[in-house]
Amino acid sequence: MEILNTIFSEATNKALVNVVYILASVLFIFGLKMLGSPETARKGNLVSAMGMLIAVVVTLLDQSIIDYKWIFVGLVLGSLVGVIAAMKVKMTAMPEMVAIFNGFGGIASLLVGSAEYLLSAQHNIGILIPIFLTVVIGGLTFTGSLIAYGKLSGTITGNPVIYKGQQWINGILMVALLFLGIEMIALQGLLITMDWQILIAAVALSFLLGVLIVMPIGGADMPVVIALLNSYSGLAACAAGFVILNNVLIVAGALVGASGLILTNIMCKAMNRSLANVLFSGFGSVISVGGSSTEQQGEVRPINVADAYLILEAASSVVIVPGYGMAVAQAQHSVRELGELLEENGSEVQYAIHPVAGRMPGHMNVLLAEANVSYDQLMEPDDINPTIETTDVCLVIGANDVVNPAAREDPQSPIYGMPIINVDKAKTTFVLKRSMAPGFAGIENPLFFKPNTRMLFGDAKDSITSLVSEFKT
Amino acid sequence: MDAVLVLLLFVLVLSIFLGVELISKVPSILHTPLMSGANAISGITIVGAILTSRGENIESELSFALGMVAVFFATVNVVGGYLVTNRMLGMFKKK
Repeated sequence: MEILNTIFSEATNKALVNVVYILASVLFIFGLKMLGSPETARKGNLVSAMGMLIAVVVTLLDQSIIDYKWIFVGLVLGSLVGVIAAMKVKMTAMPEMVAIFNGFGGIASLLVGSAEYLLSAQHNIGILIPIFLTVVIGGLTFTGSLIAYGKLSGTITGNPVIYKGQQWINGILMVALLFLGIEMIALQGLLITMDWQILIAAVALSFLLGVLIVMPIGGADMPVVIALLNSYSGLAACAAGFVILNNVLIVAGALVGASGLILTNIMCKAMNRSLANVLFSGFGSVISVGGSSTEQQGEVRPINVADAYLILEAASSVVIVPGYGMAVAQAQHSVRELGELLEENGSEVQYAIHPVAGRMPGHMNVLLAEANVSYDQLMEPDDINPTIETTDVCLVIGANDVVNPAAREDPQSPIYGMPIINVDKAKTTFVLKRSMAPGFAGIENPLFFKPNTRMLFGDAKDSITSLVSEFKT
Repeated sequence: MDAVLVLLLFVLVLSIFLGVELISKVPSILHTPLMSGANAISGITIVGAILTSRGENIESELSFALGMVAVFFATVNVVGGYLVTNRMLGMFKKK
């Protein structure tokens, strides 16, 4: 009995738990690594899920846990909601799904930080700093993600919401938060007497900050925001790890924080803009005036489906460039069908996908994968651009700014310098578009006036379906 | 600062570098699954949520309740995140 007692003493138990946490961290790392290649990605996700499972199980075995009843209630209800949401969500609704899950991670970290704050009687600075960070980052992740959810699902306007003095209000809010942080960490209740009052003030301010940060951001900038919020939810978990001095929270949170930041950076680079510019400029709310592009408009050459069919039928290489418009029109399945018919007809078909096309990083890839397009046909601009001159037909479906040659040619254009897909250099380019309205950024697109461009007006799905039936007859 | 904290900061810094190394080579076709998979990992805060019901904590009913709500939200994040990522990745096929 003596021996058993030593083996299962509290100290050994703690050590064992920590060893399992290290194992879980290793599984997260391998999982993320495997997510980097389409062949191994699914397994990688499973590996990472295994890591999570063992981390949760070993935590539940912690001897100091007294009440299991409510933990299980939370686990069961949470799993139920998670399973239903994950199974029912449509692929087109994926951006808002990711946003809302992000928000849940944020609020969970906030609650953990709050619970620990109300408990920590000793008020040690080493604990108070991470508590404050957990609450603030968790809080703004939560409301920021909810606003992003609203914008992506169309419940609130996707347009940037800009008002006068916005920077000032955000600035004042930041200063207020900073003061609250000092009050919470260093002064410890000098101005506000009760702990819970400080806590509520911190939660309220961070909630407000989350709303104010995301409201001014327009639809097409959403990929950046989603990636950034993803990073924040990791950082919140990481900060929570410092609150309870737990290594697995720190490792996992930091991995997610880093990955989110890298994605954010990739998205910003793909738009040739700085993060500050995306967050604070309300891009797209100001319609650019002047600039040479607006004056040098030429003639728009429309084309009908029958003529477009004849050209496509003779094409030996076709590049399809999808944009958010394809998602809106739900045209991905018809597009895949057209792609297959073109291949049967002897054309080489590739899809050129710009990193910021759509409303979240990789949005178009998911939609086309859902429609059963083989992933080795999904190319990045750098793969397509070098050979675009020899491409017979480019089919631009609901994309606008990512194919705007002004980014290359017009130094006065707001998107000048943004890497684009050079469809204007292809032999022929069809642009599928509802009308001549400018894209999200409100910028004229000289592509529409190029001599080798033909406009196929109408709903993208209808146009594609008509092309498909032309091929079938 | 005590030794544990310094050690954890060390872990933090290394993890950030590791994260940067791991992710920077992900092809853009996998950006969405990567994001939602990483998002599921950020649900690791579930461990912290469970630990709010440690013996010494149970006397404070409010913080216990907060912790249990955190368990719920973190579980949605974890379970939903992994499942939806799995569903998405199942669609990525090569012909």
